[in-house]
Amino acid sequence: MQEYKNSREPLIRLTKRDSMPLGSRIVVRLVSVVLAMLVCAVLIYAITGINPLVVYRTMFEGAFGSKSRIWSTVKEMMLLSCIAIGLAPAFKMRFWNIGAEGQVLVGGIVTAGCMIYLNKLPSALLLPVMVLCSILAGALWGLLPALFKAKWNTNETLATLMMNYVAIQLTSFFVAKWENPYGSNTVGIINQSDQKGWFPQVMGSRYFFCVVLVLLLSVMMHIYLKYTKHGFEISVVGASENTARYAGINVSWVMIRTMLLSGAICGLSGFMAVAGASHTISVSTAGGRGFTAIIVAWMAKFDAATMLLISLLLAFLQNGAGEIASKCGLNDYASQMIIGILLFFLLGCEFFINYRPVFRHGKKKEVR
Amino acid sequence: MKKRATVFALCLTLLLGVFSLAGCGEDGGKAGNEGSGDGGSSNVKIGVILVGDKNEGYTAAHIEGIEKAAKEQGIPAENVIWKYSVKEDESCFDAAVDLVDQGCTAIFSNSYGHQSFMQQAAADYPDVQFVAMTGDTAANSGLSNFHNAFTNVYECRYVSGVVAGMKVKELVEAGKLSPENYDENNKVRIGYVGAYPYAEVVSGYTAFFLGIQSVYPDVSMEVTYTNSWFDITAEGEAANALMSDGCVIIGQHADSTGAPTAVQNALKSGKVAYSVGYNVDMLNVAPDAALTSATNNWSVYYSYAFGALKNGSAIATDWAEGYASGAVQITTLGSSVAAGTDAKVKEAEDAIKSGSLHVFDASKFTVGGKKLDSHKVDMNGDFDNEDPEDKEAIWDGYFHESELRAAPSFDLRIDGITELN
Repeated sequence: MQEYKNSREPLIRLTKRDSMPLGSRIVVRLVSVVLAMLVCAVLIYAITGINPLVVYRTMFEGAFGSKSRIWSTVKEMMLLSCIAIGLAPAFKMRFWNIGAEGQVLVGGIVTAGCMIYLNKLPSALLLPVMVLCSILAGALWGLLPALFKAKWNTNETLATLMMNYVAIQLTSFFVAKWENPYGSNTVGIINQSDQKGWFPQVMGSRYFFCVVLVLLLSVMMHIYLKYTKHGFEISVVGASENTARYAGINVSWVMIRTMLLSGAICGLSGFMAVAGASHTISVSTAGGRGFTAIIVAWMAKFDAATMLLISLLLAFLQNGAGEIASKCGLNDYASQMIIGILLFFLLGCEFFINYRPVFRHGKKKEVR
Repeated sequence: MKKRATVFALCLTLLLGVFSLAGCGEDGGKAGNEGSGDGGSSNVKIGVILVGDKNEGYTAAHIEGIEKAAKEQGIPAENVIWKYSVKEDESCFDAAVDLVDQGCTAIFSNSYGHQSFMQQAAADYPDVQFVAMTGDTAANSGLSNFHNAFTNVYECRYVSGVVAGMKVKELVEAGKLSPENYDENNKVRIGYVGAYPYAEVVSGYTAFFLGIQSVYPDVSMEVTYTNSWFDITAEGEAANALMSDGCVIIGQHADSTGAPTAVQNALKSGKVAYSVGYNVDMLNVAPDAALTSATNNWSVYYSYAFGALKNGSAIATDWAEGYASGAVQITTLGSSVAAGTDAKVKEAEDAIKSGSLHVFDASKFTVGGKKLDSHKVDMNGDFDNEDPEDKEAIWDGYFHESELRAAPSFDLRIDGITELN
């Protein structure tokens, strides 16, 4: 501490924590949720005069109040976690794949294309073709930025981000091409009469297969990242490319391979969004989920089970928020405010899990 | 890792449980006001799927109409369930299913893009009535519980055109226009901000144009599309571009206040430009520039439909009415309108009501330099007009808009109007 002798010690200093015990981590997160809810409550009451408890209860009912609402929340959760599962290996490798939105969209476009042009095929054959095509399209969208990064060390954040806009324009192009009715700028429900290429209905819901697919994927991703050589290589490259090179890992190949996988899974979630949920294609097929999933992946630290939980939280917030608008007469912006405040606190608390504030006149604590 | 997650989830669930218990004593949201439901109407439960909320003019007009109609038909407020800001994707289907779960006997959606999802829900729940407002596929859907409705909005667009025409005439006679306001054929330039390039918009701007021409024939019109129903910035920019082309009147078929605001600013900075709005009175955003707005009075339809539901009678598959039943109107005239506008408006409205004036009078417009005596309208939704089902829309000397199906079908590009994009 020699060098600080002459300078005034600042009021608050931040020091990095080694690691926080499990119990305290949970407490910090819980406190942040409670704080967020308190802030929301004060805001809601101050602005509208509505009892905040009623608002929260309405939110819960909106997300879980009936069978169809539970299915709708589960569907949203599955679509979100599928993308997050796709993003996990890329981010674990410290490859900033901001392009999930685009990868989902191209997956959706080819799925819709298959449904429109191949509707003569029997469903048993059509669905696998759609899966394959969406995986290929997503993988291609992930591959391009990876190739450039591996070959010429271009910035993947910008490249993947720009690929999103290409995909969005591409979607608009195909929406205009397939629009039905002409000039309406919507594709409408594809194969409405014969339901070709739709997920079959199981347990009273079309979303059942989404659940199966995503749970399967999440188990596989867990195993892939934790217990395979590929997963190990990904974490080494993520920790330090030079170390990876020193250890004889072909960094370029790992990068390309991982982005192929990442893009493929995102493409597959585009397939799910179209064939399993909306049966149409528009720019809202991805609907910003590609960006929200980044938050999911990071908040979960790429752990598959945690990603499912965080997706559930976000899906709950989204569906619950819609019900507030419906029941309490608060508009859409109010519910988005609540979501924003909750996320702010949840992300903000990570800071206090990683760092410890030290006050000048506080108890003398050892400083590492 | 797993343990941590489980504990986290558990705590969260507990927390939410506490909140949901705490709220138990309360009524969910605003309790319904008086609402004197008699025996019949209490069985009627209305679900409403809206593309926006009160802050968006088009949806605000629907909300107003539904509230008024519910009061007229004695349906208590708690029997109307609202879903705001429902996107035009599968969330519309989810919303419809949720409304069915909540016991709704009839569900209304207000945006065109909701239609195919409403149709899907109608197929899944044959005991519930579904109405896709502004839609056009009900007649061909083969579903008896799926309906479309629209107003004859072209009638009030024509009348709003009359108001604009009076203003143009006044400006020309007072010598207020500069050379840039005239095109190469010495016709006064009119601008129009449209949403999408299809029949609903085409029908609207053509009616508006014909309304202007009925007062001052020497005009030409430029149309810019924003490819969105609601985009304040894009609509403002489109209006600015049209004004810099020299347009003196800016009409609109898009739902925001973007265009009138831009016109008001231009007028203040010394340009000669006036605005004709849509859906809502634009006088609060453009007190000097706004002449009037063409608007729908949706309560006429909703009241009809709620009444039919109450009596257990069938709702028409396609419904479209206009001035005759008060379903369309123009808003209060602004302070800038030309002298004598009031009388001229009354004259046009009366003529439309009595049936002596037809907006799409085939003798009043030409296509490719020729007058038309035949034009078929697509009836089976494939958007060409060459199938045996497609019907002839011109007889008795005029195009029969919204008679063969509720949604506008006039998609001819008539001479004098140029689409810029």
